[in-house]
Amino acid sequence: MRREYSLLIALGCLLLFLALASPGFFSAANLRDLALSNIPVLVAAIGMTIVILLGQIDVSIGSQFAACTVAAGLLAKAGLPMPILLLAIAAAGMALGAFNGALVAWLGIPSIVVTLATMVILRDTLRWITGGEWVQNLPGNFQWMGLGQAAGQALIAIVAGALFLLCTWAMRHVAAGRAVYATGSNAESARLAGIQPRRIVFGAFACMGAFTGIAALLNSIRFTDLQSNSGVGLELKTIAAVVVGGVAINGGRGTMAGALLGVALLGTIGPALTFLGISAFWEKAIQGAIILAAVAIDRIKGKK
Amino acid sequence: MSLLKATEISKSFAGVEALKSVSFDLRAGEVHALIGENGAGKSTLIRILAGAIARDSGALEMDGRVIEYNDPLTAKSHGIAAIYQQPALFPDLTVAENIALGLEQGGLWRRVDWRARRKNAVELLARIGAQVNPDARAGDLPLPAQQMVEIARALGARAKVLILDEPTPSLTNREVANLFRIIRGLRDHGVAMVYISHRLEELAEIADRVTVLRDGALIGTHPMSEMNRETLIRMMVGRELSAVFPKRAVPIGEVRLEARNLSSREAGIRNVSLSVRAGEIVGLAGLVGSGRTQFAELLFGLMPADAGQILLNGSEVRIDSPRQAIDLGIGHVPEDRRQHGLIMSMPVAANTTLADLKSISRRGFLDFEAENKTAARFVQLLGVKTASIEASVDTLSGGNQQKVAVGRWLATKPSVLILDEPTQGVDVGAKSEIHALLCDLAEQGLAILMISSELPEILGMSDRIAVMHAGSIAGILDRSEATQEKILAMALGSAA
Repeated sequence: MRREYSLLIALGCLLLFLALASPGFFSAANLRDLALSNIPVLVAAIGMTIVILLGQIDVSIGSQFAACTVAAGLLAKAGLPMPILLLAIAAAGMALGAFNGALVAWLGIPSIVVTLATMVILRDTLRWITGGEWVQNLPGNFQWMGLGQAAGQALIAIVAGALFLLCTWAMRHVAAGRAVYATGSNAESARLAGIQPRRIVFGAFACMGAFTGIAALLNSIRFTDLQSNSGVGLELKTIAAVVVGGVAINGGRGTMAGALLGVALLGTIGPALTFLGISAFWEKAIQGAIILAAVAIDRIKGKK
Repeated sequence: MSLLKATEISKSFAGVEALKSVSFDLRAGEVHALIGENGAGKSTLIRILAGAIARDSGALEMDGRVIEYNDPLTAKSHGIAAIYQQPALFPDLTVAENIALGLEQGGLWRRVDWRARRKNAVELLARIGAQVNPDARAGDLPLPAQQMVEIARALGARAKVLILDEPTPSLTNREVANLFRIIRGLRDHGVAMVYISHRLEELAEIADRVTVLRDGALIGTHPMSEMNRETLIRMMVGRELSAVFPKRAVPIGEVRLEARNLSSREAGIRNVSLSVRAGEIVGLAGLVGSGRTQFAELLFGLMPADAGQILLNGSEVRIDSPRQAIDLGIGHVPEDRRQHGLIMSMPVAANTTLADLKSISRRGFLDFEAENKTAARFVQLLGVKTASIEASVDTLSGGNQQKVAVGRWLATKPSVLILDEPTQGVDVGAKSEIHALLCDLAEQGLAILMISSELPEILGMSDRIAVMHAGSIAGILDRSEATQEKILAMALGSAA
């Protein structure tokens, strides 16, 4: 059975159980909170899916996220209009990702090493520059993009949803998507067919950075003050969701839809525990168990 | 009195007979040469002797004791050691540790006696007169020194039978002389050696007896003193030209692709000049390692050329990447279709169009209707037997996979097609279908460069035959004048 279906069933069972045990979970306010807090993970997961499909990994996105958050706050205070701010932050994220991508693609350094290094460098540089201070006194039109809470929330969801649909479609209908799957399955074979794997890998990391930037912006407009150390652990959440979503960690196999379901399942566990009156300490343990189960199923299936 | 005796050994791989009831015996204190063309079964035989693979049938006897089931450990306990072309040392361990690993007894938790370990290594290396530092990292040693370490290790394991698989191609004359000195020393101590080599001149110098294999069958075992180069070559070839090739005369057109004095240090290619005309099939023969594949890779931009020119339709071109080669109209079906020729997890359709996504794109987006049409056309044209064009290629048989790999390149509408071993590991039916296809393509004006290890295929399909040896063209033969003997004599190098 395809991973997407088994995830749907698992998610359905969890929701059904919640509906019976704790109907309060389905209150509009709770569902809205749940969606909003998981949107940064979803947007990052789009980029991460591409990176992992290529058999690569990016653990620096949490730090990229923090850098983009601070940059968004400072640029907003400098009076940059919203549309330009969005482009600027996406470009900033893209530049950070492109740096990773250049090191991986052209110097051939393993991505885990490159992004581990940039993760630490970015995080500590940011701490040094900001001195740990928050970005405060944001202009009034920054929060919710000046639209007011309900409309702002709707806009965040629409942007994230549109990005997701666009990328799902592009992975199938644009030649570059085909090239990602081919390179991830067998880079040498893809090169012999005229695909340029280095460019693909570089592009994937650059996209990852851009998505992280967008995720950071969508997240920051929910707040009046911005933490300078946001995004801690975002990389782990995102990688976990993508892997649970059935994207093979060695590359070549997996879909955006799977990643979405991975985000949904892992994102639902925590709040669900709260509603069921189980200690929140179990959240990480259960998430870990789900990740192990997902990978083990891949392995067992692969052996057949 | 034979030390090691193999009787009527047979072995098949996926239905293809690699060894057909071959008998082989080895006496203490002899150097027994084992020769044959590519694919004659030499490697299979020595791997069976060394326990690396299991035989299907036949008997193995060492020192009068029957070896029922052979694996590397059993072979070792009987004193059989093999040294393969690529030394199998642990590159990050020292020479002394490498020698010790094969020899020391005891469990994983025993204490290591470093001094004894080093002393033993020094002694063993001294016994073969090898000047190798026991504390050097094995991976830092040059190839000949690594061979010495392996021989020392085999000696330490009290090997009575030593198998040497083509030890000399990458050695200098002095290193070869040194190796022969060691081999003679071992022979005088009663060690029996199987010696595989393509250098027939060497055999007269070092071998006592010679066994010739062809197509997995034993042709004969003779004292080396009774043989000469010509008789050996005659024994190695003489494959039956039983298969009928669909080759027909078609008008030969302009020169499409031409290499002029092409050299590449990285690829090991020296001064190669060769042209392929429209409608022509040029066969590229040579032993494995002669540079055939590397030459093709130069033409396809997979390796950089240091000197020389590549001309396409008369004008000089630069080819630095496969992408450029494809855009210039060159197609390349690589030797290993599973690793390089196809993306095994992808469907037939996606594999067919992968090298030419542009032609199935409309305004930058993939047009699945166009893709399916292209795929369906080539599936039909090439007679690919597949459940559907959406089936992934790893569900197909080898022959059908190869057809998809060829189809991918035809879809790019090339003017030059390079094929590396196009019918290797393909069943007989698919093979003749691929041959017929190549002839049709030539008739339509495609220029074809076909690398093959199979002499009958080379002879049956080619208009001209270029033979490579040690990175250079040893000679070019016309279809009318080519024989198996001539090709093999050229491929083996030196005077014929």
